[in-house]
Amino acid sequence: MVSALPATTPAAVSESPLVKRLLVGICIAFLGIFLLVPLGCVFAVALGHGIGAYLASFRGPDTLASIRLTLLASAIAVPCNLVFGVAAAWAIGKFEFFGKGLLISLVDLPFSISPVVAGLTYVLLFGSHGWFGGWLSAHNVQIIFAVPGIVLATIFVTFPFVARELLPMMTAQGNDEEEAALTLGANGWQTFLKVTLPNVKWALLYGVILCNARAMGEFGAVSVVSGHIRGLTNTMPLQIEVLYNDYLFVPAFAVASLLALLALATLVVKSAVEWRSAVLERGAS
Amino acid sequence: MSIAVRNVVKKFGTFTALDNVSLDIPDGRLVALLGPSGSGKTTLLRIIAGLENADGGEVSFDGRDVSRRSARERRVGFVFQHYALFRHMTVFENVAFGLRVRSREVRPTKDAIRARVFELLDLIQLRNQAGRLPSQLSGGQRQRVALARALAVEPSVLLLDEPFGALDAKVRQELRRWLRQLHDEVGVTSVFVTHDQEEALEVADAVAVMNGGRIEQVGTPEEVYRRPVSSFVYNFLGNVNLFHGRIDAGTTRIDREATGHLVFVRPHDLEIARRPASSSSLHVTIEHINAAGPVVKVEATTEWGALVRVELPQQRFADLALTKGEKIFITPRDLAVFADGRRVS
Repeated sequence: MVSALPATTPAAVSESPLVKRLLVGICIAFLGIFLLVPLGCVFAVALGHGIGAYLASFRGPDTLASIRLTLLASAIAVPCNLVFGVAAAWAIGKFEFFGKGLLISLVDLPFSISPVVAGLTYVLLFGSHGWFGGWLSAHNVQIIFAVPGIVLATIFVTFPFVARELLPMMTAQGNDEEEAALTLGANGWQTFLKVTLPNVKWALLYGVILCNARAMGEFGAVSVVSGHIRGLTNTMPLQIEVLYNDYLFVPAFAVASLLALLALATLVVKSAVEWRSAVLERGAS
Repeated sequence: MSIAVRNVVKKFGTFTALDNVSLDIPDGRLVALLGPSGSGKTTLLRIIAGLENADGGEVSFDGRDVSRRSARERRVGFVFQHYALFRHMTVFENVAFGLRVRSREVRPTKDAIRARVFELLDLIQLRNQAGRLPSQLSGGQRQRVALARALAVEPSVLLLDEPFGALDAKVRQELRRWLRQLHDEVGVTSVFVTHDQEEALEVADAVAVMNGGRIEQVGTPEEVYRRPVSSFVYNFLGNVNLFHGRIDAGTTRIDREATGHLVFVRPHDLEIARRPASSSSLHVTIEHINAAGPVVKVEATTEWGALVRVELPQQRFADLALTKGEKIFITPRDLAVFADGRRVS
């Protein structure tokens, strides 16, 4: 552990103070320019006309509708991906089967594919001229340019998050504890609830938070399937764009500040989770 | 409960882990599966437990075929090499787990579970550690908790996979003795896997020596040590000197030119003397002497340059006053002759 090192490390294994300061300086400057200044800018503009104007930004019916829609889409997408992610991580981490490698690549697919392409595939599938378009309109079901399309697109772009957080942990922990539970008479469900899940709960929490942050912030895929109907199919990111294009800077940045706050909250929880697992690890060694 | 394994076969891809293995374990015995790594001993144990499915053959408990039963239904206690304790549960919760997951009709009351757990914690002498997490215990303590957890459900058989493999030498010794005592108290039929011949010979009622997916020999520790049926068993159960030899009119002669027969002699079965004791004595030169320990270990080379290890009591060593570089005679007191791996005399 780093803190256990003596205060004066031999020169042979450490860089000169100058190099150290230079590297740290570059990091801070980089983070400052690309992260902190824009983040500060969002809040500065949002609050530029005072707190009253800031709060008034959220009273617009279209803005309120966009917040509601974003919450709805996340409320559906996150639980879906929670179930899917746990199932996928369990299958991949604990069992050997044919096609495992392929499944791992498929889980990662949304990371490597452009969200716009993802959105377009849904239009091609469910749009009025798409493969299932005829059948859907005959049964009076609208997916594209409606809430179901937005939910589908959100699920697609966010499905790797939970699985990706759980996988390394489940693989590292192996099967021993599950096998022990089995020999002690626990059934599959009891083993999952009492042994597997508690062992990955922090990774799971973090995966869910990341998944939620992305679900609320997704722009590309949702933009393609939404149709930008104000007050109906605009999510928060889309509403920000609309407001911005209407030169309504304060409301645009006010809504943006909500998403930025979400990112900050994610960061705080992530640090807490990491701190906690570090404490647990120290207890174990 | 007695265990019978009949013609069990297990393959992993092209590798044959178990090749037609049969084994009978009478009720109440403590049996060791002994063999080098890759000999199939752990696979056999896991098949008995139901954690692995055999490709062929059957396993029965008390004459009832359990091959199609899951590990859950077989009611075995299994102790894992790396303990496999539930890391987020306290010692108490670990031991109570098997009782708490029972269905409502057969689950003991809270008080009964508590009583049973503390009874077991007394047995493993860890009552005062009940509230600790596994990560706060030493290796030996963890293994004892794993044992208590397995015993809590009153298993029909207790299976232990290299139970002391991850512990240091001193703790191993203690736990070994403790396991033997525990077995004598509880009396449950137990099978443990080990690659340590000393452990197997010291603790078990019977030893099954495994090699290359087969059982080479089953017997009491004394039987397998004194009367090994194959060169593998002889070799595996202790240090050995190996010579080429031939059989002349009923007597074995060591002859480096001979082919076909291998002569095995244990280091302590070589008599060391200044004069040839018989026509089968060999003339050797002492290369190295290690007098630290209960016996003196002498390394010598034959006239044709082969290394021979001899062990003799401290007293005998003092009487002979052997020195390095000296030429002396060694004579086998006891030897074993093998042809094609099978014992012939």
